[in-house]
Amino acid sequence: MISTTTISKKKLKTMREDILVDEPRTDKQKIEPLPRDRKPMARNPFWAIVNKEIADHVRSWRFIVMVALLVLTCLGSLYTAVTNMSAANNSDADSDFLFLKLFTLTDGTLPSFTVFISFLGPLLGIALGFDAINSEHNRGTLSRLLSQPVHRDYIINAKALAALIVVSVMFFALSFLVMGLGLIRIGIPPTAEEFLRIICFVIISIVYVAFWLNLSILFSVRFRQPATAALCGISVWLFFTIFYQMLVSVVARASAPSAMATPEQILQFQNFIQALLRIVPSQLFSDATTTLLMPSVRSLGPLTMSQMVGTIPSPLPLGQSLLVVWPQVTGMIAATILCFALSYLSFMRKEIRPR
Amino acid sequence: MNNPIIELINVTKRYPAYTAVDDLTLRINQGEIFGLLGPNGAGKSTTILMMLGLTDPTSGSVRVCGFDSTRHPIEVKRRTGYLPEDVGFYEDYSGFENLVYTGSLNGLGRSEAEEKARKLLKRVGLSDAADKKAGKYSRGMRQRLGLADVLIKDPEVIILDEPTLGIDPRGVHELLNLIVQLSREEGLTVLLSSHHLHQVQEICDRVGLFVKGKLLAEGDIRALSQTLFSNEPFVIEAGVSPASSQSIDDIVERLYEIDGILRITADGASLHVGSARDASSEIARAIVQSGAGLQYLLKKEYGLDDIYDHYFKEKVENYA
Repeated sequence: MISTTTISKKKLKTMREDILVDEPRTDKQKIEPLPRDRKPMARNPFWAIVNKEIADHVRSWRFIVMVALLVLTCLGSLYTAVTNMSAANNSDADSDFLFLKLFTLTDGTLPSFTVFISFLGPLLGIALGFDAINSEHNRGTLSRLLSQPVHRDYIINAKALAALIVVSVMFFALSFLVMGLGLIRIGIPPTAEEFLRIICFVIISIVYVAFWLNLSILFSVRFRQPATAALCGISVWLFFTIFYQMLVSVVARASAPSAMATPEQILQFQNFIQALLRIVPSQLFSDATTTLLMPSVRSLGPLTMSQMVGTIPSPLPLGQSLLVVWPQVTGMIAATILCFALSYLSFMRKEIRPR
Repeated sequence: MNNPIIELINVTKRYPAYTAVDDLTLRINQGEIFGLLGPNGAGKSTTILMMLGLTDPTSGSVRVCGFDSTRHPIEVKRRTGYLPEDVGFYEDYSGFENLVYTGSLNGLGRSEAEEKARKLLKRVGLSDAADKKAGKYSRGMRQRLGLADVLIKDPEVIILDEPTLGIDPRGVHELLNLIVQLSREEGLTVLLSSHHLHQVQEICDRVGLFVKGKLLAEGDIRALSQTLFSNEPFVIEAGVSPASSQSIDDIVERLYEIDGILRITADGASLHVGSARDASSEIARAIVQSGAGLQYLLKKEYGLDDIYDHYFKEKVENYA
C-alpha cells in the first residue's frame, strides 16, 4: 500500500513537473512575436511590374553585351582624353574647364565619349524596347497579364519606366566612373559648375536614349514579330546616322545660292540646311552636348561678323549654355513624348486576343 | 435564375467584317459549372473577352459579380480568374516564380504570395516541378499551372477558355476532375468553353450552344434533349440475326405492329427504332417471336453529340 502511494505521489510530482515545465514554454510561444512579413515592397501592382521588368533587363544577355560595349568604349575614350590632356591644355577658351575635356577630348584615333554615346545610345534604346509588347504577346503572357486586376496602361508605362530607370542608372554610373577615373588620373577636382554641366549632359543623354527607346516600343506595339520591330528601329537609326546627311548634302548642293548671292541669302540658306539637319535626333543631341560640355560655344547657328564684333572670347555661364540648347532639349523631349503617346494610344486601342 | 453572377443582356459585338456575337443574353448562376459549346469561330472567346472587359461590346450590357465589365474591368478582374486558350508563362521563370508574380500583381505581399503559391502548386500536383523553368513544362503541366495561376487571387468566378485543348485523355480527365473538385469545395462558379462535347457533358451542370454568334439553346443536357427530340424521345437499337427463312424486312414489319413505334431504320444487322414510349420489352419479344436471334438491345440516350448534330442539321437546312 505504502509503495503504491509513493509511486502515485511520484507520478503526481512528475506530472506537476511536466506542467511546470510545459507552462513557461507555452508562455514563451505566446510572447514570441509572430514571424512578421517583410515590409511590403510591391503592394502596388504597377511597381511589381516595374520590378520584374528591371530584373529581366538586368539579367538579359543583350543588356550585358550593351553594358560591356559601353564600358569598353567609355574606357577607351577616357584613355585618349587623358593622354591628350596635357597637349590640349591652354590652347583655347575652354582651358578653364579641364574636367569637361574628359568627355570631349580626342586625338582622332578614338571618338570622344559624347560621340560614342550619340552612336551607341540609339542601339541601347532599341535593344531595351524592341520586344517590349510583342514578345509578351507571342509568349501568350499578355492576355494572362491583362486578366489580372491591373490597368492596361500600367503595362506599357511600367515597361517604359523600367527601361528608363535601367538606362538612367547605367548612364549615371558610367559618367561617374569616367569622372572618378579622370579625377584619379589628372588630380584636379571638378568645380561645381563642371559637375552640374556633366549632370545636365547625362540627363540629356538619357532623354536621347529615351527617344529611341520609345520609338522601338512603338514598333513593338505595331509589329507582331520582335525581329521586324528591331529591324525597323535599326533601319530608322541607320537612315538618320548615314543616309540623311547624304540626302541633306544633295539638297544643299542643289539649292546652294550662287556666288553673287547677298549675305542675307547665304544666311537664309545656312539656316535652311541647319533646320533640315536638326530633324535628326542625333544632331540635336550633339548640338546640346557640345554646347554643354564646351562652355565657349555661344551659338549653334551661323553668326555674322557684326554679331561677333566686340565679343570677349570667354565661356558662357551654365544658365546661358542651357538657354542656347533649350530648343534642342525641348525638341528631343517632344519627340520622345510623341513616340510614347503614339505607342500608348495604339496599345490601348489594340484588342488583345490570346495568341 | 435568382442569383446570376454573370449576366449578359442583348450583347452584340460587331467587327468591321463580321458580327462575332449577335444579341446574346445569358445568365449564369453562382456555383454552377457552365459549358459554352460551339465550333471554332463561334464567338466563344469574344464573349469571354467581353466578360473580362478586355474588349468592349458594340451594344448591350455585361455584368460580372455585380460590376459592369466595360466600366469597371478592374473590379471584375479582381474577382474573376481567366485561363486563356494556350496560356503562356515567362519561360525563364520557374512555375513557382510565375505564380508569385501573378500574386504580386493581385496586391499580395511577397511572403503571402509565396505561401499561397506553394499551397496551390501542391493542390494542382506540381510540387515536384515547382522550381523547374516554366519553359520546360509539358502542355498538361502548363494547364495545371494555369489553373493555379487563376486561383491565386481567390476568385469567385473562373473562366476557362478551351482548357483541355491538346492534353492527352488521362490529363484531360485529371484536369476536369480538379476543376469540379475546386468548384465544389470553394463554391466557385466555372465557365468553360470547349468544342469537346464529351468532356463538357461529363462535368457541366448546364451548357449553352453557341453557333455563329448566337446562343441556340441553353439548359442541362436532359432538358436540351427533351425539347429537341420531343417527337421521338426514345431510340432503341437492336442487333438481330435473322433466321435463314426471313429477311430483315420481315422483322421490321412485325415491329411496326407495336404500339407507339414511329420510325425504324435498318443498318445491316442492327435496327434503330424510334418510339414515343419505352417499348424495349415488346420489341425484344417481337424479335424473338419472329424466330430471329436477338444479339443485343440498347436503350440509347441522347448525348451532346446528337444535340449538336441536330442543331447543325437545322442550321444548314435553314441557310440552304
